[in-house]
Amino acid sequence: MRIRLEPRPEPSRLAGWLSPLIAAAATLVVGFVLFSALGKDPWQAFHVFFIKPVSTLYGVGELLLKAGPLMLCAVGLSVGYRANVWNIGAEGQLTMGAIFAGGIALAFHESTSALVLPLMIVAGAAGGMAWAAIPALLRTRFNANEILVSLMLVYVATYTLSFLVHGPWRDPEGFNFPQSTMFGDAALLPNLLPETRLNAGILLPLAAVAVGWVFVSRSLAGYQMRVAGLAPAAANYVGISAPRTVWIGMLAGGACAGIAGVNEIAGPLGQLQPTASPGYGFAAIIVAFVGRLHPVGILFASLLMSLLYLGGESAQMGLALPSAVTGLFQGALLFFLLASDVFIDYRPRFGGRRRAARR
Amino acid sequence: MDQVAELLVLTLAAGTPLVFAALGELVTEKSGVLNLGVEGMMLVGAVTSFMVAATTGSPWLGVGAGMLAGAALSLVFAVLTLSLMANQVATGLALSLFGIGLSAFVGLGYVSIVIEGIAPLGVPGLSDLPLVGKLLFGHNPLVYLSLALFAAIRWFLYRTRPGLILRAVGENPQSAHAIGFPVVRIRYLAVMFGGACAGIGGAYLAVAYTPLWTEGMTAGRGWIALALVVFATWRPWRVLAGAYLFGGVTLATFQAQALGVTVPSQLLAMLPYLATIVVLAIISRDATAIRLNAPASLGRPFHPGL
Amino acid sequence: MTDAPRLHLAGITKRYPTVVANDGIDLDVRPGEIHAVLGENGAGKSTLMKIIYGVVKPDAGSIAWDGKRVAAFTPARARRLGVGMVFQHFSLFETLTVAENIVLALDHDRAGPGLPARIRDVSERYGLPLDPDRRVHSMSVGERQRVEIVRCLLQDPRLLIMDEPTSVLTPQAVEKLFETLRRLAAEGCSILYISHKLDEIRALCHRATVLRGGKVTGECDPRHESSTALARMMIGGDLPHPRHRAARPGGAAMLVVANLTLPAADPFGTGLHDVCLGVHAGEIVGIAGVSGNGQAELLAVLSGECRLADPGGVVIGGVPAGRQDAGARRALGLGFIPEDRLGRGAVPEMSLAENTLLTAHRQGLVAHGFIRNDAVRAAAAATIKEYRVKAGGPDAIARSLSGGNLQKFIVGREIRQRPKVLIAAQPTWGVDVGAAAQIRQALIDLRDAGAAVLVVSEELDELFEICDRIAVIAQGRLSALRPASETNAAEIGMLMSGSFIAPGTHGGRQFSPAGAIGAD
Repeated sequence: MRIRLEPRPEPSRLAGWLSPLIAAAATLVVGFVLFSALGKDPWQAFHVFFIKPVSTLYGVGELLLKAGPLMLCAVGLSVGYRANVWNIGAEGQLTMGAIFAGGIALAFHESTSALVLPLMIVAGAAGGMAWAAIPALLRTRFNANEILVSLMLVYVATYTLSFLVHGPWRDPEGFNFPQSTMFGDAALLPNLLPETRLNAGILLPLAAVAVGWVFVSRSLAGYQMRVAGLAPAAANYVGISAPRTVWIGMLAGGACAGIAGVNEIAGPLGQLQPTASPGYGFAAIIVAFVGRLHPVGILFASLLMSLLYLGGESAQMGLALPSAVTGLFQGALLFFLLASDVFIDYRPRFGGRRRAARR
Repeated sequence: MDQVAELLVLTLAAGTPLVFAALGELVTEKSGVLNLGVEGMMLVGAVTSFMVAATTGSPWLGVGAGMLAGAALSLVFAVLTLSLMANQVATGLALSLFGIGLSAFVGLGYVSIVIEGIAPLGVPGLSDLPLVGKLLFGHNPLVYLSLALFAAIRWFLYRTRPGLILRAVGENPQSAHAIGFPVVRIRYLAVMFGGACAGIGGAYLAVAYTPLWTEGMTAGRGWIALALVVFATWRPWRVLAGAYLFGGVTLATFQAQALGVTVPSQLLAMLPYLATIVVLAIISRDATAIRLNAPASLGRPFHPGL
Repeated sequence: MTDAPRLHLAGITKRYPTVVANDGIDLDVRPGEIHAVLGENGAGKSTLMKIIYGVVKPDAGSIAWDGKRVAAFTPARARRLGVGMVFQHFSLFETLTVAENIVLALDHDRAGPGLPARIRDVSERYGLPLDPDRRVHSMSVGERQRVEIVRCLLQDPRLLIMDEPTSVLTPQAVEKLFETLRRLAAEGCSILYISHKLDEIRALCHRATVLRGGKVTGECDPRHESSTALARMMIGGDLPHPRHRAARPGGAAMLVVANLTLPAADPFGTGLHDVCLGVHAGEIVGIAGVSGNGQAELLAVLSGECRLADPGGVVIGGVPAGRQDAGARRALGLGFIPEDRLGRGAVPEMSLAENTLLTAHRQGLVAHGFIRNDAVRAAAAATIKEYRVKAGGPDAIARSLSGGNLQKFIVGREIRQRPKVLIAAQPTWGVDVGAAAQIRQALIDLRDAGAAVLVVSEELDELFEICDRIAVIAQGRLSALRPASETNAAEIGMLMSGSFIAPGTHGGRQFSPAGAIGAD
């Protein structure tokens, strides 16, 4: 029996909603097979991976703590992705945001002013936007592919941070470890939930989700970005400026990623280290897609992705599995999502003659 | 003068992984498919080849395994984009992220292992000839393989009927379908060829160039390979030249440190990436050249209808 | 002629999700016969031809060749039997040469080293001159059709399918094509000629099968039928004619272009040379021409999709607008109906409500940057009702509409904004007769309401039906405007071949970097 795909006259909304759920379920099945193949009891492994990390209040705090930067980066990226502006350098923009904000924190190390933190957030956003402006400029002026430029800049940003903490910004009393001094209290995000590491930084991604939601669903600019992504010729036909689209898409991603960098260094890290993120900028690409490029979807997808991170750590301790299994699950999740998305625009037909079309 | 020859040999050695990966991607793109998963395919090729080489003791078996692994991973991409009509950009990104994760996961137990890699060719007598000896006979066998691959691809694309068909499919899949060519099947083959080449490129790094395995050891070479195809405006000759240019830049960063240049190592390490950005911007400026040479259907899905 | 049909179709049926394209079609084509398949847009002609060529598989029915049933028809199989097809939208590869394009379509054994000589031989024998080494992107639409025809002839076809071949030709070139086809038929080749142009079919074809709504509605000898009779078979009624009011000259110049010269930005495009144009309030100006002669470039300049350095290059309602983008020109009162409906005039994946917002957001549908969803839906619903668009409502997805209905929606969306200047490119292309009549009437009504209307079309009949003045575009140059009542199709046809361009001046296609492209 052959399966054929037949284009649907209209995209299926049901399939659009189901697709992320199917993908999540399929990823779980893969996990089941993988754990079994590695000689673990899959049910116990599931428990260690998905339940145990969030069975305590501390764990829930960690879940939100890790979901924050993912959510921020993904909301920012989704603005561009909807317009076919492919910023995949959020990791670099996050790093650059951390560098800018870290510079402020170090410069005002002795200060106790309440303005230090807001200044760091502004600087972080500026750093991320500056880094995103490079691919935007090269794309609009020289037609250079933003995917490749933004990705190359990830390496440049990472090496810049590494250079700074190995050199000029190294803590002189830090026993030669490549890291800056610990930030002053004024440069740290206040704790939000006692007994956990959750800090006020989570409010920023939640605000980004709210703003993103309004932008996407109600604003003319958000609508025009969508037109630019779906039909570039139609965008040109009505005078939606292509360079403006690129700039909005890149800068939104850069600003959000830069703030995510602030969240990291002013939150769990409390200082500058050679790396500012365990790959949040890349994982956020997956979050953005799994969340259907919609802020509310991204809210849930970032929680799922955060759980994968926690599960990986938990599995490392509880099951002696490498934490790299997280990356595997992330990739598999996106693959399954892309595969099940086919049912949005096509419907499967199983073998034989097709019956008369109905409407 | 021998030092110059030595440098040239090293440059070729540094550029070869890019030659493999970029030529493979060139063929894929000529069929109209944009596979951004080169980095992931190279890493999976690298880790597979290393594991097989370490287990069997044969680096050549490792190269073969790396090639198959790259092709297998690209098959996932092909199914998603060609049969299930998934977005090529998103799927390619997913492939890279997945390949990075997968290679880190399976390669964990092999990080500190040392293996006997593929050594440079040494033709007794000939390799010791002054100047030309090293240059002609002193390379790694895989370097010769990459040059043979270049010649074969050039011949295939511009001198054979299947090559013409491949270019036609990338130019206008609807017309190619109307004439009666199996567009989807041809694209499957082109994607898998690209995956196999990326796999060999990764294998070269793991079992010949270094030889060892570390997480993320391709260090962005897959992305540079993608940029190279654009630099080259989809022409094999320029891919080769570009790959060696970047091999040279990479080499220069090592050499500068060896020569005691006081610039911090991190700033030197940025150079290849900065160079990529600069060259990409310069080449892309000429929109006409891109338009005339890029496969017209690049990145667009094709549904053959019913 | 013998009685055994070369091709025999019985009960061919093809269903698509939203429409039955072919419904039990029977068709016989005899050797040496020029057989017309007549039907209006959407009648199922193209689907039927694709089935005969093997590109599309029928759901039911059988195909017999020389009396023998052929089980599975594929393009390769069809070609081996001797079926050649000249596609309506050519199946050529632009960056390849003529010879390469031809080689691709030939079986391996025919594509030997003697091919360039054989190309020249065949092209001379049938009066279709071609240079095998030229790249297709540097050729005009007419020349491209020649490549397609020669490509078919080299396969020694026994059945040649021509899908709407004359829409890209000047009237003179059509005559030449007919000579070639008659000669082929005389040599024994069967020809299936698909068209909706009644005069051509009466002049050329020996027999006609008429399709309507996917079914055969008649078979006749078109040489003995009147156009009216054929039309009745084709549309099931009489051809509608629009109501006209007399021209009212003296309106203000609303859209003015003076001495516009613009080199082609796109390497496959056509440059514009010294174009002068003035469209006045209360008139419809038509621009005729074979496609690919600069229409796309001129329209882009007028719409603002291509911006000029000189503000005075395009003047809309007295305001220099050359540097403004498409949005700013709309604010001046410009409306534009583009040639491509899906992807340009409308976003295929969006609903009709969202597509209303595309151009109409200045009509009070947006407040402080936020979309007023209720107003948008109301506007879409009003357009659907007023222009009798067959759609599920404001939430229907644009790509789910038929071509004619989507075009009615786009025309309605633009006209409901009360433009002072409306530009329409190929407004009825691929649209069924009823919708086409409605669209033409809407354009005339807009003109009667005092707007300046510019129509760019390849259909001369359409232009003569609705225009007050007509000009011709050829090789990127525009002829002088002349009143439609003082000219005729023959004269316009002469102009379309570029007769008005002074000899010695350069043609429109300046961009031919033959050395810069191609093989490594």
